[in-house]
Amino acid sequence: MHAGFIFLAVIVGSVLFHIFTPWYWTDIASNWGSMDDTITLTFWVGGGVFVAVCLFMVYCVFKFSYKEERKAEYKPEDKKLERVLTWATTLGVAALLAPGLIVWNQYVNVPKNAIHIDVMAWQWGWQYRLPGEDGKLGATKVVNINDDNPFGIILEDPNGKDDVLVQTDVIHLENNRPVKILLRSVDVLHNWYVPQFRAKMDAVPGVVTYYWFEPNKVGEYEVLCAEYCGVGHYAMRGRVFVKDGKDYENWLQEQETFSDLIAKQEKIELSETKLAKK
Amino acid sequence: MSEDFNDNKSIQAQSSETISGGGTATPDTDYVRPAELADQDLYHGHSFITKWVFCQDAKVIGVQYFLLATFTGIIGLILSWLMRLQLGFPEVAGFMTAEHYYQFVTMHGMIMVVYFLTALFLGGFGNYLIPLMCGARDMVFPYVNMVSFWMFFIAVGVLLASFFVPGGPTGSGWTLYPPQAILEGTPGSGMGIILMCVSLALFVAGFTMGGLNYLITVLQARTRGMTLMRMPLTVWGIFTATVLAMLAFPALLVSAIMMTLDKVLGTSFFMPTILKAGEVLEYGGGSPILFQHLFWFFGHPEVYIVALPAFGIISDLISVHSRKNIFGYRMMVWAIVGIGALSFFVWAHHMYVSGMNPWFGFFFATTTLIIAVPTAMKVYNWILTLWRGNIRLNTVMLWCLGFIVTFVNGGITGIFLGNVTVDVPLSDTYFVIAHFHMVMGIAPLMVIMGAVYHWFPLVAGRLLDEKLGKWHFWLTFLGAYSIYFPMHYLGFIGVPRRYFEMYDSPYITSAVGMNQFISTAAFIVGAAQFILIYNIIVSLKMGKPAGKNPWKANSLEWHTPSVPPEHGNWGDKLPVVHRWPYDFSVPGAKEDFIPQTTPPSEVTNTKVEKT
Repeated sequence: MHAGFIFLAVIVGSVLFHIFTPWYWTDIASNWGSMDDTITLTFWVGGGVFVAVCLFMVYCVFKFSYKEERKAEYKPEDKKLERVLTWATTLGVAALLAPGLIVWNQYVNVPKNAIHIDVMAWQWGWQYRLPGEDGKLGATKVVNINDDNPFGIILEDPNGKDDVLVQTDVIHLENNRPVKILLRSVDVLHNWYVPQFRAKMDAVPGVVTYYWFEPNKVGEYEVLCAEYCGVGHYAMRGRVFVKDGKDYENWLQEQETFSDLIAKQEKIELSETKLAKK
Repeated sequence: MSEDFNDNKSIQAQSSETISGGGTATPDTDYVRPAELADQDLYHGHSFITKWVFCQDAKVIGVQYFLLATFTGIIGLILSWLMRLQLGFPEVAGFMTAEHYYQFVTMHGMIMVVYFLTALFLGGFGNYLIPLMCGARDMVFPYVNMVSFWMFFIAVGVLLASFFVPGGPTGSGWTLYPPQAILEGTPGSGMGIILMCVSLALFVAGFTMGGLNYLITVLQARTRGMTLMRMPLTVWGIFTATVLAMLAFPALLVSAIMMTLDKVLGTSFFMPTILKAGEVLEYGGGSPILFQHLFWFFGHPEVYIVALPAFGIISDLISVHSRKNIFGYRMMVWAIVGIGALSFFVWAHHMYVSGMNPWFGFFFATTTLIIAVPTAMKVYNWILTLWRGNIRLNTVMLWCLGFIVTFVNGGITGIFLGNVTVDVPLSDTYFVIAHFHMVMGIAPLMVIMGAVYHWFPLVAGRLLDEKLGKWHFWLTFLGAYSIYFPMHYLGFIGVPRRYFEMYDSPYITSAVGMNQFISTAAFIVGAAQFILIYNIIVSLKMGKPAGKNPWKANSLEWHTPSVPPEHGNWGDKLPVVHRWPYDFSVPGAKEDFIPQTTPPSEVTNTKVEKT
């Protein structure tokens, strides 16, 4: 069989695969539909170039395959053609880049009304901290972390006292309310990633990184660690529930605050000293 | 030793003026500036050891590099089989723990990128082709060149030794990101990572010796008439890649040294305050992101260290086998140089979601997409070279066509990942795996294979079997394409990379069938490579004799006095170059090719446009 047919089949097959694929992105559950749009745009432009280049190649293979009597064209350069191609490519690239940068600008600028959530990662698990009534998270320090202070909150910081502590890998988010995810890690790199939200960012020990999104679909989602973090990486999962206002409030009320935790521990200490006295 | 230099059989040193001298029969059009230095003699080996083991002949060193790189490549291939076994058929891979899996992932990646592709393109093809294509007798520093190979040999030895130390090789991913790479919780975080760093340091040292040779040979030892703008694109590609390597590898070297210090002496270059198992470790103040910047300052140019020689070689293969000049030679040269320069300003596109200052995203997305322009120009020029050519559809050309398809595919997905916003959902997923395997795994591999089929007749004096070659090509091309094309769609689903096991996440269970398909294809493609090994072994003995210049090519390596070329390459007289290497199908010429050594007076009635 002529090689050109097989190459043609590969190109046609690629296009058909893309059209009929059962494997494609999950239903989006956040505001980042614009990311999906940039992917779609890139698919149209890039896919078009791929098909055009490959079809041209296949055409050449059919049309100009070796014949003893034919002589190839001798044409070292064609300045005009090269210039046209350069500018056309530059325009195409700019058309892809511009929307990308516009959406990135939204990604790095967090809306003012976003609720801040401290996502703390370690090998291998997650826990979360929400601001209390003051709307502010207390400052933290890795060296402060111990059983009595699982988030390492600086005790002198008044903002930390009413922080809501969620010491499991399950977090609830309020539907249609932007969240700013503040990531930190106590050991190695991690990445808090929910495919349905599209967004992600590494958690880096020593610094606090961030990203934001606005969940817009009630449901349960799986959290995956998306940055290799050692042998337990693949098992480092968590869960997110997106809930409507009322359900979310109910959940929030049930959570313990940092002052609750301190009070509880003081009570335990008190009973322990009493026990010791007896 | 000194007696060897006075060997009678050696080539007579001759002043170049005498070679060109007389000028009796040569018309003015054939004038080529005389050489500035007299031709010098080389050291000739006599014993088996000096001829084939500690050999100073760049051609033998090239073959040595080729063989050792291929050997490590086969280990990398076997590791990939084991990974795919776990991903496609975990019930069969019961013997494999997560530790093993991550060690295989890491070693596969590092071997393929550094010890296979880099060593093969620069050490293998660079050594064999640069002196021949430039019309030099050898590299300028043959002894250093020999040491370069043996440093590489030791580096490979240290790398493989890490499989046998307690804890095994490092399993930190080929990017070796700290803090994880040197902390418990990552396999091989003891001796494994130290040996990896030592091996990389040895590789860089050895490579620098070779690299200086390639650069100075290209700049200083070209024969008379071989201007820079008459060099084959293969040489341009390897030359520019070597410049990149000289500038990029030091970043890898220092990061390997700094990480070793963090591990062994407890410094904190990359280590912040860390809490491990309830204990605060004795580190503090370091930056893990600093390592990533250093690594990718090496890592991104590294992509082009592999790609540029591939670009150069493929240009030559397409031109020769289309019987047509490479379209837009000057554009091709400037594109290689431009891509090389730009490649130092794009590294952080690997780090959009690394936690670096997100405002960098604007800059690096822009530079990354700018690099797409010269790259696209190269693609256009390859297909425009096919246009109105006279295309021999032999095995070499098939590899070239396979390269164009896979490279364009991988290049386009690169535009996805380079465009910062699009990268956010796709980074750290299988889309990335599919992208970089397509663009810097399969595409360069297509070039290597094409180059093997193209230059084997020069090295061995015999042709490789075409029929086996075609089987090898179609199995590899179709197989590799069906591995990586569907893999992109796993990335769209959001399947993260470096997962030993997926469990039963609802949206991922649909991928089980695809994983089995991909794994099966991977086993077939891997096995198909042994067709080439068989082909080489059989053809060495029984292949069709190639004779001189079997492809009717123009570049100098095909015009040596003996085939395969001997030590010293050119007999007693260096070639003189009168034209670029792409004068194919020139109107008015008797043959459809005019070798670079043909003076204008011999082809007076032709319409040569560019010389």
